[in-house]
This record gives sequence, C-alpha cells and structure tokens, in this order.
Amino acid sequence: MTIAKFPLPDVGEGLTEAEMVSWLVAPGDHVTVNQTICEIETAKSIVELPCPFEGEVDELLVQVGDTVEVGTPIISVRVTGDSPMLVADKPDPHPALAQEADTGAEYKIPTLVGYGDAGEAKSRRGRPVRPAATATAVPVAMMSAAAMASDAIIAKPPIRKLAKELGVNLAVVNGSGTRGEITREDVISSASQASVFKNLTTPAVSSEREERIPVKGMRKVIATAMVKSAFTAPHVSIFVDVDATRTMEYVKRLKASVDFAGVKVTPLLIMAKAIIWAARRNRMVNSTWSDTEIVVHYFVNLGIAAATPRGLIVPNIKDADAMNMIELATAIEKLAATAREGKTTPEDMQDGTITVTNIGVFGVDTGTPILNPGEVGIVALGSIRKKPWVVDDEIVVRQVTTIGATFDHRVVDGDVASRFVQDVASVMEEPALLLD
Amino acid sequence: MTPENQPPMLQLLAPDGTYGVPKGYEAYGKIIEGLDQDFLKTLYTDMARIRRFDIEATALQRQGQLGLWVPAIGQEGAQIGSGHGVGKNDHIFPSYREHGVALTHGIELISILKMMRGVNHGGWDPEETRFHHYAIVLATQVLHAVGYAMGVKLDGKVGTGDRDKDLAVISYFGDGATAEGDVSEGLLFAAVNESPIVFFIQNNQWAISSHIDSQTKVPLYTRGEGFGVPGMRIDGNDVLACYAATRLHMDNARSGDGPFLLEALTYRIGAHTTSDDPSKYREEAEVDEWKAKDPIKRFEIFLRRQGIGDDFFEEVKVAGDDLAKKIRAETFALEDPPLENIFNHVYTEQHPEIDKQRAWLEAYEARMGDHE
Repeated sequence: MTIAKFPLPDVGEGLTEAEMVSWLVAPGDHVTVNQTICEIETAKSIVELPCPFEGEVDELLVQVGDTVEVGTPIISVRVTGDSPMLVADKPDPHPALAQEADTGAEYKIPTLVGYGDAGEAKSRRGRPVRPAATATAVPVAMMSAAAMASDAIIAKPPIRKLAKELGVNLAVVNGSGTRGEITREDVISSASQASVFKNLTTPAVSSEREERIPVKGMRKVIATAMVKSAFTAPHVSIFVDVDATRTMEYVKRLKASVDFAGVKVTPLLIMAKAIIWAARRNRMVNSTWSDTEIVVHYFVNLGIAAATPRGLIVPNIKDADAMNMIELATAIEKLAATAREGKTTPEDMQDGTITVTNIGVFGVDTGTPILNPGEVGIVALGSIRKKPWVVDDEIVVRQVTTIGATFDHRVVDGDVASRFVQDVASVMEEPALLLD
Repeated sequence: MTPENQPPMLQLLAPDGTYGVPKGYEAYGKIIEGLDQDFLKTLYTDMARIRRFDIEATALQRQGQLGLWVPAIGQEGAQIGSGHGVGKNDHIFPSYREHGVALTHGIELISILKMMRGVNHGGWDPEETRFHHYAIVLATQVLHAVGYAMGVKLDGKVGTGDRDKDLAVISYFGDGATAEGDVSEGLLFAAVNESPIVFFIQNNQWAISSHIDSQTKVPLYTRGEGFGVPGMRIDGNDVLACYAATRLHMDNARSGDGPFLLEALTYRIGAHTTSDDPSKYREEAEVDEWKAKDPIKRFEIFLRRQGIGDDFFEEVKVAGDDLAKKIRAETFALEDPPLENIFNHVYTEQHPEIDKQRAWLEAYEARMGDHE
C-alpha cells in the first residue's frame, strides 16, 4: 500500500500561501482523480482543488482555518489504481510517523511550485540570510503617521468582500495578521461586536415607543398566502433523518464530469430529482384541492422557495419532470439568479404543483414548512452536516440531513405522505435509484 | 445595441443547430455543402477533444503540475473551424490560447503543457509544422505574421496559381490585442504591401477583466477599413461559418487579393487564466447566455440530424477520456530541463558574456550544495 501526499500547489502565479476553507472529503472516503477535495482561499480567490490520486483518504493534514505555505502536504491518500509518478518523501524524524513508514512507504506527488522550495531546501541549502533592516527603522510615531496618511488597510480582496457583505468598516478594524493585515477572524469578530453594540444602543436611541411598518408589497403578499394556506388546508408535517453521504459523493462526481462543466450542481438538485421521482410513485402529493374535486397532476411544476432581499418568493420550474439532470440544474440556477435580481415574473410563480425549500443554506436542521397556496405538498431540505450515524452497529461519521415535509391532510393521508417522504429519503441515501 | 442595428454576421449554424445560408453568403454555403461526412465528424471530434484536454489541463494546474493554464472553453468553434480552413502551406501565428488551432496542425498537445510547465518554450519546429510559437506578449504575433507575409510576397509565392507553391499567413489575436499599437501597425503594413494575410480576431469580449466596450467604439471587423483592410464578422461559435470564412479568405489571400480581417464573435466561458476569478468582474447571466450558444452542442444537434448516432458520440467521449489520461501520464513523466538550457539558446555561437554567467551559476550551485 502506497501512501501519497498532495502538497499545496501555487494555483495563481507566485502565491506563497493559502487558507483552508473547507474539506469535502474525510479520512476513509474513496477519492478519484480530479474529484474536488477541498476549497482554499488565496489572496486572489477561492479555488477548488482536484485530487491528483485515486484511493482512500488516509489523513487530512491541514485543518479548516489554517493558513499553510505552498508546498506543505495537505492530505495523504492510500493510493489504488493508476497513480501519477511519485517521489519518496523524506524519512520522517518523528518516531510516531516512522512506524507508519514500516507498514507502507510514504510518497508525495512532486508539485511544480513550492515543492522543496519554501521549506526544506531553503534551510538545507543554507541560503545567506539577509540582515533585518532594523538599523534604519523608522520611528514609531512617524510610521503610524505615514500609515494614517496613506490610509493603508491591509486585507485580501475576499476579506474586503466579506467586510462589505457584513457591513464592517475595515478602517476601524485592528488587524491581527502580519504587519497589521486584517484577517477573516478580525472581520467576523468585528461584525459580531457590531451587532452586539447595535442591540445595546438601538432602544436607547429611539424616542418612539413602537414602530409601525405598513403591511404592503411583498410582506402583504407573503402574509396573505401564509394565512390562506395555514387556515384553509389542515397541515400535517413529518420528518425523517437521512444519511446523505452518497448524495454528496454524487454531487462531487457530477461536478467533476465533463457534461456538467460550468453547471452548478448542489444537493438541492438531487433533492429536486428525488421529489420528482417520488411524486411519480405517489401521485396524490402532486395535486390540487378545489372543494369539488382533486386535480391530480401528471406533470411537475416544481416550486423552489427563494429568499430574496425583498422577501420570500416561490417561482417554479415548469414541466420539471421532463428535464434531464443538466436541464434541471440549469433551470434551478436560472431561477435562483432571476429571483436574486428581482426579475421573477408573476407567471414564474403561477401553476406550481409541489415545492421544495432549502432551509439548510441558513444552517438549520429542519423546520415545518407551510404549503404554497394551491399545492398539497412541500418538502424542506435541512443542512447537511457530519454527524454520528450507526452503520452495522458501529458509529461512523456520515453526512446527515433531515427532510421535513408538510401535506394538506384533505388530500394526502399519513400513509401516502410517509411513503412519499421515505421515497425522497431513499434517493438521498442512494441516488442510483434515479436510474430506475 | 438593439438587435436591429447589430452588424451583419455570417452564421450558417444557429444556436439551435439549424443550418441555413443567409442571402449574400452563398459562396460560404457552397464550401460547406461540398464537405463529406467524415470531415464533419472530424470537426466535432477535434472540438470535443480539445475541450476535454482543456478540462484536464485546468485540473493539472490545480494539482501543481503547470505554472499556469489558459482555458479556451467556448472558443472551440472559432479555433477548430478556422484551423481546418488554413491550407497545407500556410503559416499560422497564434497568441497563447490557440490550443484548438494547434491541434488541427499536428502539434502534440503535451508540447503546449511543456511550455505552461516551464520545461521549454514549446519545442515544436515552426517551419515544419507551420504553426509558430505561442506569443506571450500579446499583439506581437501580428507584427511577426505581417513580416512573414511580406516575405512570402517578396519570395514570389503569391498568386502564381501553383497550389504547391503559393501560401498565405494567418494571425490569431483577441479583442484586447486590437487596442494595442502593434495591431494597427500590422494592418497598415499588410495593406500597403498587399500582403497575403488574414487577421483572425477571436472577440471573446473580455481582455482579462476589461470588457470589449473599453477596447473599441466600433465593431472590430471594421477596424481595418481605415488602413485599407476589408473585414467581416462571423459567428465564432459556429464551426461551419469559421471553417468556410477562413478557407475562402485564405484562398483569396493566397491568390493575391491582399489582406482580409475576420472577427469571430465568441465568448470565453472560463477564466482568462487559472490566475484570475471571472466572477469578480462579470455577471453570471452573461455567461449563461453564452453557454446557450455553445459551439459543440449546436454542432452535435446538426450531426444528429445528418443521421450520425449515439455510437459516434460515445466513441468521441471515450477517446476524450483516454486522451486526458494520456496527457496526465505524459505530464507527470516530464523531466526538469537541465540548468544550462538557460544559456544554450541565447546566441547561436559561443559568447563570452554568457560563458561568464554560466561559470558564475556553476560556482554558486557548488557553494549551495545539492540542488535537490
């Protein structure tokens, strides 16, 4: 068994370090060549790194949040199948790791930039060290004056963007990084400070005892729809926890596939496909109640709840059941973009037959969704997180989510509702069912 | 700009895959209608191959195997179409994004990666392949091309009617390069010397983060008019239009009609290079709009209507994956060039200053110990 390490590459031109933003794989996971394994943030942008090996993840060598130098190994993989040319890693001086070297030789992939440059070779070659420029140090008072005059805020572009999003004024943030560089943590802590501060002062500032917000526009539409829905249709909600690990793997594989180049692939896409599939097996959830008759739809206009700056709207994808995976992915992306831009038309929101709401993006596990008026089913996708899960009587780490769903009990009875939700859950557990 | 006052554009294959020859463009339609099915299949195969190659090269860069990658996804129609329209004696002067054109002229794809890895400067023989080296300093290749074309004319290899002797030159550059002085100089010299050259602009609308609107006030195909170089706009995502226009105007240039300019309207779907993030400077909606005009998808629809079935497309896909594997293996097998290469190719003959520098480096290396 060969263990191979992947050193952090220079993904830009001359970048020296990057921050680990997220890991998309865990020890024990099977990885394929070019599968996205992590996201890193450089001074220029957030970049996804594809795995150079096929095999099983042995160890993640860098934690999320760590800033690492180019050339530092970030992951080790037990290589199977075709592997690129590997070079022997240095014998490790640490006895704990040396033992590992007995069972399997350690190798790493030689990367172009950074390999043997930033760390090891520098010290080995004994490059002459330039004396620090302390002799000509500028007096502190002058330095700070100069800094103030030039208004020098040191922060990477992604950090500036984050600050803008969180409404943080970088000029008043004390940077904790090298030479006063403002880091992600600085911005986040400043933002949370600011919100605490606001909460404390807001009541004191206001001389009014209450504020009256006119019920109009989007808020009125949302309120009317919610009341109409909640008080005409007797709601019944059910929930199920599901191991979505294979869905996450499937999403990764789709992302890496040529056909999906440039198409946004998310767990919501698999969920949407799952709902369409399950609705075909349980027709009643995809219908409309009209007091005299129940109209069962043999097509699916899939509503997708979208949080927009102006409030909640539910545009739908017409005839989503007739779409293949790429078409559906494109349609979801387009729907979301249109909603974000505030360009959703009334027609986009009419004639929905069933809805999915992705509350997981807000970081919550689940909720009780309220039906979109005129529909009898709505499904909520909660956040997908690593949690303990029992497999063959052993607790293992899996990517778990909760599916919540609400139905109009006038139309959908508990047995149909449960079967439908179980069907959706089974696809999330094993997306291969979609091949049925 | 409203659709009514959009400049005229040669398009033979609409984004929905419908073939039709617009009025006034019959000469181009005639070229396409004389093609056999095997050649049409080659156009598709080459576009699909080069896209698959592009995806693999991007991954290799992200794995630390290339210093840089310059993606050309979205521009396959312009490159494969025009590349095949260039004649057997003609010379090509590319910028650094012309992987598709390189493929049509027998350049080993690994050679392009060697350059992006810093192993060499390309390494192929421009005389033998007639595909000159990638120009990293953009717009310079236009001057090289015009100079070469002027030489061709001085050699008397234009308009003799001898198919084995006559040749023309094509220079590829982008919308960004048109804003550089070199292109204007090139147009002028080509015009006054009546040089056998086609200027092929791939207008992919973005010069890194600068939009086309900041590069020109007029449609680029009119850029040559003041110098005396006529031009036309073609749909750069229509491989058939690009093939027909390049072939016809290279034929004209070869037979002594002087220079011509083609503006292929296309779009760079990916980043300028692996070093930038296009989401920082352009809207996703614009990218989506152009994805819908994909050159490969529309040509697939066209071929399927010609009766070409799943087997062919599956074969191409498998061949693409095999190519990706081969390229990956070849990249990992590349060896570092010897250090003395830095000095070897500066002068053709021995040079005292270079000898001095070589000796200094050798001494330095010896002092620092092992290189590895």
